[in-house]
Amino acid sequence: MTDNPRIVEKTLFELSSPGRTGVTFPAADVPAAKLPKDLLRRELPLPELAEVDVVRHYMRLSKFNYSVDGGFYPLGSCTMKYNPKINEDTARLPGFAFVHPLQPVETVQGSLALMYTMQEWLKEISGFAAISLQPAAGAHGELTGVLIMRAYHRSRGDTKRVKMLIPDSAHGTNPASSGMFGLEVVQVPSDARGNVDLSALRSACDETVVGLMLTNPNTLGLFDEHVEQVAEIVHKCGGLVYGDGANLNALLGILRPGDVGIDVMHFNLHKTFSTPHGGGGPGSGPVGVAAHLADFLPAPLVAIVEKAKDGEPPLYGFVEPRQTIGRVKAFHGHFGMLVRAFTYIAMHGPDGLRQIAEYAVLNANYIKARIQKAYRIPHERICMHEFVAEGRFDGSDVRALDISKRLMDYDFHPPTNYFPLIVHEALMVEPTETENKDSLDAFADALLAIAQEARTNPELLHNAPSRTLFGRMDEVKAARELVLCCWLPEDYEKG
Amino acid sequence: MTYIPISPAERDAMLETIGVKSLEDLFQSVPAKHRFPKLDLPPALTEMEAASELQELSFGNEDVRGSLVSFLGAGAYNHYIPAAVDHLLRRGEFYTAYTPYQPEVSQGTLQAIFEYQSLIAALTGMELSNASHYDGATAVAEAVNMAYAQFRGKRSRVVIAPTVHPQYRAVVRTYTQGMGVELAGDDANADLESGPESLEGLLDANTALLVVQYPDLFGRVYDYSALIEKAHAQGALVCLAVNPTALALFKSPGEMGADIVVGEGQPLGIPLSYGGPYLGFFATRRQYVHKMAGRLVGETVDSRGQRAYVLTLTAREQHIKRERATSNICTNQGLMALASAIYLSLLGQTGLRQVAELCYHKAHYAAEQLSKLPGYGLCFSAPFFHEFALCCPGPVAEINAHLLEHGILGGYDLGQDYPALKDHMLLAVTEMNTKDEIDALVDVLAEASHD
Repeated sequence: MTDNPRIVEKTLFELSSPGRTGVTFPAADVPAAKLPKDLLRRELPLPELAEVDVVRHYMRLSKFNYSVDGGFYPLGSCTMKYNPKINEDTARLPGFAFVHPLQPVETVQGSLALMYTMQEWLKEISGFAAISLQPAAGAHGELTGVLIMRAYHRSRGDTKRVKMLIPDSAHGTNPASSGMFGLEVVQVPSDARGNVDLSALRSACDETVVGLMLTNPNTLGLFDEHVEQVAEIVHKCGGLVYGDGANLNALLGILRPGDVGIDVMHFNLHKTFSTPHGGGGPGSGPVGVAAHLADFLPAPLVAIVEKAKDGEPPLYGFVEPRQTIGRVKAFHGHFGMLVRAFTYIAMHGPDGLRQIAEYAVLNANYIKARIQKAYRIPHERICMHEFVAEGRFDGSDVRALDISKRLMDYDFHPPTNYFPLIVHEALMVEPTETENKDSLDAFADALLAIAQEARTNPELLHNAPSRTLFGRMDEVKAARELVLCCWLPEDYEKG
Repeated sequence: MTYIPISPAERDAMLETIGVKSLEDLFQSVPAKHRFPKLDLPPALTEMEAASELQELSFGNEDVRGSLVSFLGAGAYNHYIPAAVDHLLRRGEFYTAYTPYQPEVSQGTLQAIFEYQSLIAALTGMELSNASHYDGATAVAEAVNMAYAQFRGKRSRVVIAPTVHPQYRAVVRTYTQGMGVELAGDDANADLESGPESLEGLLDANTALLVVQYPDLFGRVYDYSALIEKAHAQGALVCLAVNPTALALFKSPGEMGADIVVGEGQPLGIPLSYGGPYLGFFATRRQYVHKMAGRLVGETVDSRGQRAYVLTLTAREQHIKRERATSNICTNQGLMALASAIYLSLLGQTGLRQVAELCYHKAHYAAEQLSKLPGYGLCFSAPFFHEFALCCPGPVAEINAHLLEHGILGGYDLGQDYPALKDHMLLAVTEMNTKDEIDALVDVLAEASHD
């Protein structure tokens, strides 16, 4: 059977038919120049389709996807909140969408004013002294942050620092970002309440420590109650504290990371500030730093280069931080995502931002309260914007994966599973603030029903999903055969 | 305005279920001294007000579809984007989904990425492509990482041509700080006149990677086959940073023997958007797949015997390998990759070749007309695609300011990056530029040189 799989939707290449095209261009209005014969390409094996073929193909594909617009997406650590439609419109305003990144600054004052204001707003929201909007995603912001920490130590002639402390509940990107620059990763355990273990932290701190990468609230969804002490211990040995801003949604208007000793942090505009996840990107990962690190930010930053005078607006332009780590990407960051996040912050204002955090936390605690009789939750505490439950039951072979797949039959996207690594069979649930009580209840009801099914009819879970268009995947076959491309048929005329 | 769909009565019922009295009670673990800071931000706007404020801000820009005629390129290009591209991108099923961790309910995204990988492989002439990187610059940096990892750090030299985009080289410098990589060739004062053979001398047995751009920053198209052979003779890998539109016309990097092909995918249906989000594509040969960073989609079957797609070889990635991962990347440019795939499928081989030829002919017409002007001339004699360096009779900034008064966005000032190219501008011409616009550019410059 697997040798001849049934094709649900043909690929673009299989749909191709020689001679079709989806778009034509005007004939040249200039004389033809001579083409350099030796340099020309002989064949271009791209598919040929009409516009309607392309539109229907992608429409069919779109229907195979679960999405936030389609339903509840409680994917822990990913903040799959509703993406307001107005943001899509503002990002596409011709004055933003059709501006070249290398235009003279006099012709892009609108973009620069928006970026400058965005820097100011993010500073105010986070309590940091300076912001770079350049990093393209959260992991990219982390890489930037690690480089800044290292540059700071080196600028002080402190070259012995080679260790990065990372709590055991950290995102996988934290150690990977440190590893990219050859830093040695030292894991710090959590204590019984899910906080960083202070005595373990103390003994790990010495003059070889670059810093600590702290996610707070952590990936258990718990706020580290000793955050100020954690920062103090790290600072005492000369280290810096990196804040992973992935979970900032829980802190908007609740706490400014810069106020409690965090030295550097990345934002995920695609989580906290509602820019759409796009099926895996683009994200946007600005980095904020305390005053002593401002000189190391990636270049360039947006600044006022000529003050406002005589009723004229100021002139915005670019400046280079004095000891910059350099550029981390071409041009100025994901400007289109900045427009979306800017629109979102402008519409929320200070009170609206605080409500985001309050309701995100309310919703998470509500689901937790509704399911905790049926699912073990490792730490008995009020959680923040997400919580982690164990997806296993005594005397049952049902696993977190089965529960996740069964949730699809109830028309829900599963939570994050098997993360964080410190919880057995982890199910990490993050509802966000944009769900109503009905969908939270329906999700809790589904989890409770599944806990019942696990006892009465575990096969239902092992074989799930059964009501979706596709069933479980043969992941081994994918990795073993490694078919990564489709091609035009052998006898196709390649133009 | 918030997007919170919970009524006060529902909120109170939920608080009761939780067993707390108020929303504030949920935040007891946050240090009291710093709890609930007063944020100094402007008061909330309604959607109507926000729409108008953002429009007002956008009016502060001059754009290339409005008041400006653009001849600016240097890594970002003004191409026509067929209407269907954005209509499809605006499907909520695509743009409001996340990374396809749950393949049973993500086949739309997965098949779309699989097809994207196939299109990029076909376009570059390589065996496979990953699901994409942030942009062209970071894709080059990831190629450097990959080559360094391929030789397990035993080869420390990376040769990067001075004619690779200055911002790409800057990103490589940032990414490689403290890694022990020795960058050679990254010299703004290098000889820019001579062809690829000038790099041969920099290759040695310690070289992990050679990076060249195709067409190069100045738009020049060289056959790199001989240089690639020389690099391979030293055991080094070769990465070509390419313009994807040019590949419709010119020899594919695969045909020339490249090991890694990266590039900026923005020309493939992605708006200029003041620099991003764009698309870094990354293709390589099969033998290097395990060292390649980034997401990868592979074909498989589901439990019902249907052809399906999954993220595969995830063991290479950060969430499994943690500090031993080659890269920390955990997303791709999903929606941008989708845009480029839709663009390529609409244009197909005929449409893309037509765009490339239009660019070529129009750029050559512009170059010919401009070089006739007194004081102006083409800097280089090598064949070029849709960009060329023009030497000017005075400072580029002054010439551009004059052009701007006539609604023309002039070329990139090469003197910023190359001291020897003071008073040289890099002009780009695409299918969007009409003959009338090119003639207008020539006329304005002609008038200026008579003044």
